[in-house]
Amino acid sequence: MTVGRGEVVTGRALLVALMVLTLLPFVSIFTTALYPSGTLPRGLGWPAQPQWGNFVQAFTVANMTALLASSTFIVIAVVPAALVISTMAAFAIGLLRFPGSRALLFLFVFGLTLPFGGIIVPLYYLERAVRIYNTRAAIVLPLIGLYMPFAVFWMRAHFVNLSPDISEAARLDGATTWELFWRIHFPLARAPVTSLGILMAVWTWNQFLLALVLVEDPTQRTMAGALGAFQGHYATDVPLLCAGTILILLPTLVIFVLFQRQIITALLQGAVKG
Amino acid sequence: MRMVRPENPPAAAARSSGAFPRGRARRRGIAIGWLFVLPALAMYTFFVLVPLLLSIQYSLFRWDGIGPMTWVGLKNYATVLQVPDLLGTILNAFKLVLFFSLVPVGLGLVVASLMHRVASGRLGAAARTVLFLPQVIPLVAAGIIWGWLLALPGLVNQVLRALGLGGITRAWLGEFGWALPAVGLIGIWVLLGFCTVLLATAMTNRDPGLYESARMDGAGWWREFLSITVPLLRHEVGVCLTVTVIAALAAFDIVYVSTAGGPGNSTAVPGIQIYILAFTEQRIGVASALAVLLMVLVLLVILPIQRLSRESAG
Repeated sequence: MTVGRGEVVTGRALLVALMVLTLLPFVSIFTTALYPSGTLPRGLGWPAQPQWGNFVQAFTVANMTALLASSTFIVIAVVPAALVISTMAAFAIGLLRFPGSRALLFLFVFGLTLPFGGIIVPLYYLERAVRIYNTRAAIVLPLIGLYMPFAVFWMRAHFVNLSPDISEAARLDGATTWELFWRIHFPLARAPVTSLGILMAVWTWNQFLLALVLVEDPTQRTMAGALGAFQGHYATDVPLLCAGTILILLPTLVIFVLFQRQIITALLQGAVKG
Repeated sequence: MRMVRPENPPAAAARSSGAFPRGRARRRGIAIGWLFVLPALAMYTFFVLVPLLLSIQYSLFRWDGIGPMTWVGLKNYATVLQVPDLLGTILNAFKLVLFFSLVPVGLGLVVASLMHRVASGRLGAAARTVLFLPQVIPLVAAGIIWGWLLALPGLVNQVLRALGLGGITRAWLGEFGWALPAVGLIGIWVLLGFCTVLLATAMTNRDPGLYESARMDGAGWWREFLSITVPLLRHEVGVCLTVTVIAALAAFDIVYVSTAGGPGNSTAVPGIQIYILAFTEQRIGVASALAVLLMVLVLLVILPIQRLSRESAG
């Protein structure tokens, strides 16, 4: 060890302090959630009589069962579809490399930095015109489209580095391009496809703006969108709001703790590639 | 789920190209390529490119969303750039960049190098998980949590009072001068962990010999930080800047739930203002002009960052 003892101790103490600062907000809303509903509690303190019933009440008023079902439905509708069509496009752009594929790649990359807020207004009128406004499709379909720049870019990075030998061998066996994709290249791309799937699932679950603008009914929204509606109704009842927030956070936290390695890796890779 | 099985398997009939004359095989190859891209391209076109063009179109008209549209040319852009409240949203977005980008990236570099030097084992792993937590929860939840922490009876004021600083306690999100920095603080909480973990991971993946030899030479933390860490991580710093600058300029969720742009217009950012203009004031033209400016602005800021980090990485 060439790092000084004193430095190690101070460094670790600083790190622990930072971890405490990161966690303290969660602890604060947890203790707040245990104060009697309708009272104005303190930021951090243990109530005389913890009201565990607040969680039950929040579960009922927030209509958690419907919210979980709706969010899950939206994730399942978005992620597999987006994975398949973006991988197909990336396979063609990165591996088949037909004339025009460079222009297509450029077109997709153009959308990489696009803020959702930039197109939300026309999206609203567009969805009213095609009558999908205020349905789950109002969130699902635009999300698939909005993920395409990143997803195609991400998957292309996989295909562009593949050796053409694999395809050649399959071609000699008489495989069509369609078979080549499904039998060989889609299974081979499992690692980047999985990471991309995790990323898109997290983004979808947390999507707020589309849910807020395009769907009025909270039970048809994503989890984040429903939380926004919940806040609108219970902004003045702080303990209940905190209990509801914790319930809505809970699935995310459980999934994160279970799959933290994959999630962190995927989110970091996603940033580096994007 | 409806997109999982495209109705026409694009290449079902297409046989290996060798069997056809060159010109025809070539054309067939191009057709197959396009068919594979088609589903993605269709979704992207209909739900992103078409709305993008519509944004530009709306921005040239006066429209309340229901009645007829009146052509006004570039007048809406002039409005955005001249009305102080609207121009102010763009300035606010740049002020948020200070909090969302510069602090998390700067502090992230310091913390990452600290982690690398003194906490390689279990503490480092625990720190990674804990610091990353704010990044996976919905931004709306971060806004709600901090809305309560920064409230008058909230934790922040409670701590200040405990430290004997009771005199400066206030409703942080409710005062003109303090609301924007308070929103910025939420951004720091969300983004610091992300930057730290990204930079720390990059450091671990780089050549450990570099650090070892520096330590053999007895280099202190500061020397090591300046002469190895910072130059080595240029590309990753570029990545962090890109992600966080977009998060600042395109901010919506956190601001919407914590202040809704208030008090007055002191925390209004373009995203919030577009929403208010379009859906409460029914001024679709002006909202769209601001939307187009926002998209151009993000591109103008991100492209140089990308170019710089690419060059130094190559």
